[in-house]
Amino acid sequence: MDILLDIQEEYHHIPSEAVEIVADQLDLSRVDVEQTITFYHFLSLKPVGKYAIYLNDSPVAYMHGRADVAQAFEQEAGVTFNNVTDDGLIGLWDTADIGMSDQEPAAIINGTVFTELDPTKVKTIIRGIVDGKEIAEIAEEVADSINSKDHLRTMVKNNIHVKGAVAFADYKYGEALKKAVSQTPVQIVDEVKVSNLRGRGGAGFPTGLKWEYCRQNFEDEVYLICNADEGEPGTFKERVILTELPELLFEGMAIAGYAIGAKEGIVYLRYEYRYLKPYLENVLQQMRDKNLLGKKIAGQKKINFDIRIQLGAGSYVCGEESGLIESMEGKRGEPRNRPPFPVEKGYLDKPTVVNNVETLCKVPSIVLNGADWFKAIGTKESAGTKLLSISGDCQKPGVYEVPWGMTINEMLDMAGASDIQAVEVGGPSGSCVDSTHFSRSISFEDLATGGSMIVIGKHRDLLRDFILPFTNFFIEESCGSCTPCRSLTIILRNKLTKILNGKGTKNDIDELYNWALQGKPANRCGLGQTAANPIITSIQNFRPLYENLIQTDQEYLSEFNMEDAVAESCEAVGRIPNIHTN
Amino acid sequence: MTKNGKIHFEIDGKPCYAEKGKSIIDAAKENGVYIPSLCHYEGVKPAGSCRLCNVKVNGRTMTACTTPVAEDMVVENEIPELTELRKSIIEIMFVSGNHFCPSCEKSGNCELQAMAYRYQMMVTRYPYEFSINNVDAVPDHLFLDRNRCILCKLCIRMIKKDGKNVFAFNGRGEHLHVVMDEQLASQMSEEEAQEAMEICPVGAILKKEQGFIVPIGSRKFDKTPIGSDINN
Repeated sequence: MDILLDIQEEYHHIPSEAVEIVADQLDLSRVDVEQTITFYHFLSLKPVGKYAIYLNDSPVAYMHGRADVAQAFEQEAGVTFNNVTDDGLIGLWDTADIGMSDQEPAAIINGTVFTELDPTKVKTIIRGIVDGKEIAEIAEEVADSINSKDHLRTMVKNNIHVKGAVAFADYKYGEALKKAVSQTPVQIVDEVKVSNLRGRGGAGFPTGLKWEYCRQNFEDEVYLICNADEGEPGTFKERVILTELPELLFEGMAIAGYAIGAKEGIVYLRYEYRYLKPYLENVLQQMRDKNLLGKKIAGQKKINFDIRIQLGAGSYVCGEESGLIESMEGKRGEPRNRPPFPVEKGYLDKPTVVNNVETLCKVPSIVLNGADWFKAIGTKESAGTKLLSISGDCQKPGVYEVPWGMTINEMLDMAGASDIQAVEVGGPSGSCVDSTHFSRSISFEDLATGGSMIVIGKHRDLLRDFILPFTNFFIEESCGSCTPCRSLTIILRNKLTKILNGKGTKNDIDELYNWALQGKPANRCGLGQTAANPIITSIQNFRPLYENLIQTDQEYLSEFNMEDAVAESCEAVGRIPNIHTN
Repeated sequence: MTKNGKIHFEIDGKPCYAEKGKSIIDAAKENGVYIPSLCHYEGVKPAGSCRLCNVKVNGRTMTACTTPVAEDMVVENEIPELTELRKSIIEIMFVSGNHFCPSCEKSGNCELQAMAYRYQMMVTRYPYEFSINNVDAVPDHLFLDRNRCILCKLCIRMIKKDGKNVFAFNGRGEHLHVVMDEQLASQMSEEEAQEAMEICPVGAILKKEQGFIVPIGSRKFDKTPIGSDINN
């Protein structure tokens, strides 16, 4: 993966000659190398432009003026999206959510993030490019204090509005690790088990149990992987943790590594957050210098643990733990069939624990304050706090660390949101709920979320501007392995489009719903199993929106349009379509 | 260990015995129970991609090709819910590609066609997509018709030349398709091309300069439905 990324960054694509060399060196066929390249959004066999502009096209970006910004880019650059200018200087690319929903519209240009774009800023950017400026010169604006640090210097803001009792509590780093290594690994695993810490990525698997399973499969090598591939549209809390609390995360990793017996921890960082890599590497070096990482850490002769960062290359499904592992091995990020689970055979076929960034950040305080302290926060089945990424129609989009159990209503008040039509709880893979659900609580036992909370106002066109693009998102991001996830999603999209075009009948709504439900359990991974959730949950909660679009006086409506069908042949022979209708 | 060192499990109430660790689909076959699949080939690492072999294991939907049998496992196979799911998956395959059975060289030997007969598919419930797919005919002895490809990954997993993969995926999601390494495929002999055609469960990989060799009546699925050699 690193080889391919290096070539991409150097040559703005992976040239045919390079594919040949990589194939020869790795003793693979050409098509084998190309199958990896074509899997990832940020790798390309064709030139993407000396300045490749990847503009977020998620619904949240559109809420904040993405359409105008895109138009400005096209006008200024003189090229339409998903194309490169004739001179090869500028390429414009539609890109799935880049983790900046609190400061959209945003784009990544040659690895550098540009936020809160407007047509004026676009002009300045393109002028800078045409004048031959380096991208760092063009992006001279710097956000707040932490983001202006050396090795970082970015215009990305952190937007932390509520600092909670766990991740954002005051702490002196190093203390938890020192306490941890004074105990046995089994004691640590037990403490985390008792604390009822559950995975914060979305699935909510008990963390202590995962560690225990890994220990049961112990081999000469075991790995700890930190999943920093938050790709769910609307989530960005991990970006903020990585900027604000990297020491806490790495300390959590060191404790987890000690608990499972891993000598190596790897952070799988999504390519969208590439700009954080030099900064994080600098933090790692500082921690090595302080003997918190590396050999004989925390003054213990027998304990070695170090961390490296592996970049992804643009794929939502790599946030699924086994897809992530495949990607780390330099392959297409297709989720694996399970069993075996990663704790049995993971990275390089060794037992592997994959934990989410936020999950690992909860570990140091559990070690320091004890499981009971942690359990006292939150609800019965959801212990501790949760970091929410709130975006959309609210006054204060940003990151909030709150105890589990807060209601949606309380959340909306907190973020300054009113006149709300819907909330995407957990992003598109979660549920799209209406106000009758707003008194429900945010928790694993009620409305679960990995952190994405997209607030949608009453003035928005929910089906056209959210449900349809979310469905397209899953189609685009499907690895394509499983038949229903690859193909049924397209059938559903077409059906939804038919309804949106006013060609639907009641039967179409029922079919859309039933087909979506039926395919759900048939897929291998979480993406496939939740890909139809935008459609399913919007029909459950917003059926009148669908009903308003359909023809009620007819049982059946043909999608076939004679005029469209003959347009091409009429043009070829120079005729005007002459359609007889009754 | 209950019988000759084999473990006991059951499929639709029928007591079965197999070696521990064997996949449900292979273990079922040993016990005379057919579980449908279009991407499984005994002895080849399962892909779990067609999803036809989904069974219920202790109530959970799992693919039989990737899940090993365990002691006293309760497997449901021929139940209405799964029959309906399988039929729908076959229909999805038919509308996603362009499958014109009457003119296809593989007709009568095609597993997708045979599966549609087995599940009594008359028409599909889904609208056809009429997708546009390229045909690749560069190598001397082979051509690849992507209109008929169901992306089962069998060619990718099984067909090698000089130890390298001749076939691979390209793209993802909606754009996923199979590509041939033209250099390697061009070096394949007629026999190897024939073998490749036989590995393909549908008519996507075909040997050039031959067609309709087996007369109607003698083709694989002319007289008995797919799976009937296993079921007893």
